[in-house]
Amino acid sequence: MIVALSIFLITVGSIAFHFWSPWWWTEVASNWGNMDDTILLTFWITGAVFVAILFFVAYCVWKFSYRKDRRAEYKPEDKKLESRLTWATAIGVAALLAPGLVVWNQYVSVPENAYKVEVFAYQWGWKYRLPGEDNILGKTDIKYINDENPFGLILEDPNGKDDLLVDAQELHVLKDRPVKFELRTIDVLHNFYVPQFRGKMDMVPGIVTYYWLTPTRVGDFEVLCAEYCGTGHYAMRGRVVVDEEKEYKKWEAKQITFEKMLAKNRKNDNLQLVKKDK
Amino acid sequence: MSDEYEHKLEAKSDYTGDASSVSTPDIDAVPDAELPDQELYHSHSWWTTYVFSQDAKYIGIQYALTAIGTGLLGLVLSWLMRIQLAWPGLGWLEPSSYYQFVTMHGMIMVVYLLTALFLGGFGNLLIPLMCGARDMAFPYVNMLSYWAFVVAVVVLLASFFVPGGPTGAGWTLYPPQAITAGTPGYNGGIILMLISLILFVAGFTMGGLNYIITVLQLRARGMTLMRLPLTIWGIFTATVLAMFAFPALLVGCLMMTLDSLLGTSFFMPAMVSLGETLTHEGGSPILFQHLFWFFGHPEVYIVALPAFGIVSDLLSVHSRKTIFGYRMMVWAIVGIGALSFFVWAHHMYVSGMNPWFGFFFATTTLIIAVPTAIKVYNWILTLWRGNIVLSLPMLFSLGFIVTFLNGGLTGLFLGNVTVDVPLSDTYFVVAHFHMVMGIAPILVVFGAIYHWYPLVTGRMMNETLGKVHFWITFIGSYAIYFPMHYQGFVGVPRRYYEIYDSPYIDVSTLLLNKFITIAVLIVGAAQLLFLYNLFASARLGKKAEKNPWKANSLEWQTPQMPPEHGNWGKELPKVYRWPYDFSVPGAKEDYIPQTQPPSEIIGAKVEKT
Repeated sequence: MIVALSIFLITVGSIAFHFWSPWWWTEVASNWGNMDDTILLTFWITGAVFVAILFFVAYCVWKFSYRKDRRAEYKPEDKKLESRLTWATAIGVAALLAPGLVVWNQYVSVPENAYKVEVFAYQWGWKYRLPGEDNILGKTDIKYINDENPFGLILEDPNGKDDLLVDAQELHVLKDRPVKFELRTIDVLHNFYVPQFRGKMDMVPGIVTYYWLTPTRVGDFEVLCAEYCGTGHYAMRGRVVVDEEKEYKKWEAKQITFEKMLAKNRKNDNLQLVKKDK
Repeated sequence: MSDEYEHKLEAKSDYTGDASSVSTPDIDAVPDAELPDQELYHSHSWWTTYVFSQDAKYIGIQYALTAIGTGLLGLVLSWLMRIQLAWPGLGWLEPSSYYQFVTMHGMIMVVYLLTALFLGGFGNLLIPLMCGARDMAFPYVNMLSYWAFVVAVVVLLASFFVPGGPTGAGWTLYPPQAITAGTPGYNGGIILMLISLILFVAGFTMGGLNYIITVLQLRARGMTLMRLPLTIWGIFTATVLAMFAFPALLVGCLMMTLDSLLGTSFFMPAMVSLGETLTHEGGSPILFQHLFWFFGHPEVYIVALPAFGIVSDLLSVHSRKTIFGYRMMVWAIVGIGALSFFVWAHHMYVSGMNPWFGFFFATTTLIIAVPTAIKVYNWILTLWRGNIVLSLPMLFSLGFIVTFLNGGLTGLFLGNVTVDVPLSDTYFVVAHFHMVMGIAPILVVFGAIYHWYPLVTGRMMNETLGKVHFWITFIGSYAIYFPMHYQGFVGVPRRYYEIYDSPYIDVSTLLLNKFITIAVLIVGAAQLLFLYNLFASARLGKKAEKNPWKANSLEWQTPQMPPEHGNWGKELPKVYRWPYDFSVPGAKEDYIPQTQPPSEIIGAKVEKT
């Protein structure tokens, strides 16, 4: 009796927790609200199975609890029942999978009008790079990374000269414009994750990974690293600000191009050399 | 049905199988033995009996105790981590120690506790007994397997004492961070971890060959494959999986050792490490992930399949009812095992591999849900119209159904590639895999220990202590992991030394963390109760009668209980039926042991197996 009741209460309690606990996802801030929809669909289907099976177990434990004068039913198989259950499960699983694959297809197909932003990860922080006026991100190579050229842009590549370098933890993006994040890391694995955007992708040294999204509401969001990257992993946080066009332009105007940064760094270096000489 | 059975008996009497025992009626015929009786090694000193034992029963106990001992360390590590998460203000742990504990906890629990306990422990104890053999096929190699495991554990524990401490790379050991500065233990601890895993795989291969060959070659007369208990099917299939999966881990470990010690670049691209450019060039970090998960996903089933098998037997025995759909259960075990090699990259949806793989792996992953669901249906249909004894093994089996169902269903979230994107690397994942491959199999382990304890010691474990242990463990661990899923929905990432309430978190996760940690401390402490019961009952427990649960399978039919060296006395057992003939109409008792010949149960309307 107690056992059956406990199983019943655990089931009811789980449902109650689901609907009434305050812990739930953040309000979505990108076009990936359909991921939330897929989760909700999964919740309804799996939730129904969860409740049905546990109520059944609780009923069995209550109803068929041991009595000396009774014997269990002797029924090793029931082909019909087994095949019905198999088909019902297969249909349920297909109902979960199909919408999931549709959304995944959208997730991996970047719209052509998306503008590019490079997210640059290192142990333990973030930087960003915008393609500048020519809309092309210059090529990079690990070997070029030094104090003067912290992003490691290849100096000979003309496309890199007008790239805007954001040497700060904060990035601004435009509301309602699809943006493709090109993800680059110079050391270990990282993952550029903003809970409200839902999107996620590991950053892998040696290759450039990507994902895209369209921010749907103005706001100031925290960036977290979502792939373990060493002792400082938990502290690797940045910010993304979603702006309307006007605010965005203001922020963009404050960023400097690679060419200018190079000139500035060289000047600083020279000054330091002069100081050392004295 | 009865006519049908008579008819079959007639058909059966046509062949004369058993030449040696002329007096037995024809309906009791079993096929001749194909191999001569096994010659056993007989120990003649304390050392060869208890330490370097070649008796599978002892080796099983040795494996189990070593695994549980190591698992206790894993438990303590989880306490330390949880205290840090709940009260970050205490400054209880350094970030580096936190990550080291996370790593060691994970690796210990998955490999050194669960794999070793299910296959090394229960496998050794049960395979020869349930198949009706005198011992494993190769007792000496079996002993070597255990001692290789011991050395692997020692090397693993030694890493706590090297400069820099154990590795803090996370149990997945992803390069490049596993072997570059910035991760604790990147040049000492990680090497010991890799060596320990290599030793484990070597030792396990020796044991695994034994399990497979014993099941295939040394079954008693009449014990067809389709009369094996599901426990053996689970352990056998899991061992086959391990034989295919562990080599991938082995080469991964070897290659990473070379990358670290010799400067090769299997997994290491050109990179900068904390401001310094490394000399590696051209390697692929994702290659390691493929190798790791080609091992790692079957590993989930290496743990789960023995649990599936054992719980099927516990449910059947303790509800006095035939396991429902035995043949489906066997095919589901084999099917899950085969499919488990085609789903590994569902751990890598957002790893940066070609995103088009997502379609393939999401599909295969959801397909595997079908045989898994069949198993759940058959378990609960075994309860239907049963005669359910709420013994300790039954309680733990019910606990398994609840937690496995929960964890299995959340697997449908994570396996579905789109849903995985927001949830991966959050606490949802942590909650999911602890529920499905931590709590659920552990509950089966407990159920199995309470069930087979009399077989090992001849005594029963204390029922009251066992019940307290059950309720705290079951309710407590559900209270730990169920709410944890919702932290994942909020977006709290895993492997964070300190979560602190970020702007994106609407409601305090710290509050929930405190609740979870308190539950962890209580559940952990309840295991001391279990340990006391485990050791004290060997002396103080009530003497067990022979076959105390009135089970049908062979391990309870030995001439002595606990079984002696060689298990079966002079004559090996003969098997006439499967182990699930419970509550057969027309039979005197509500169980018919596998060794009971048909001539003794005339009138019982038993289906042919």
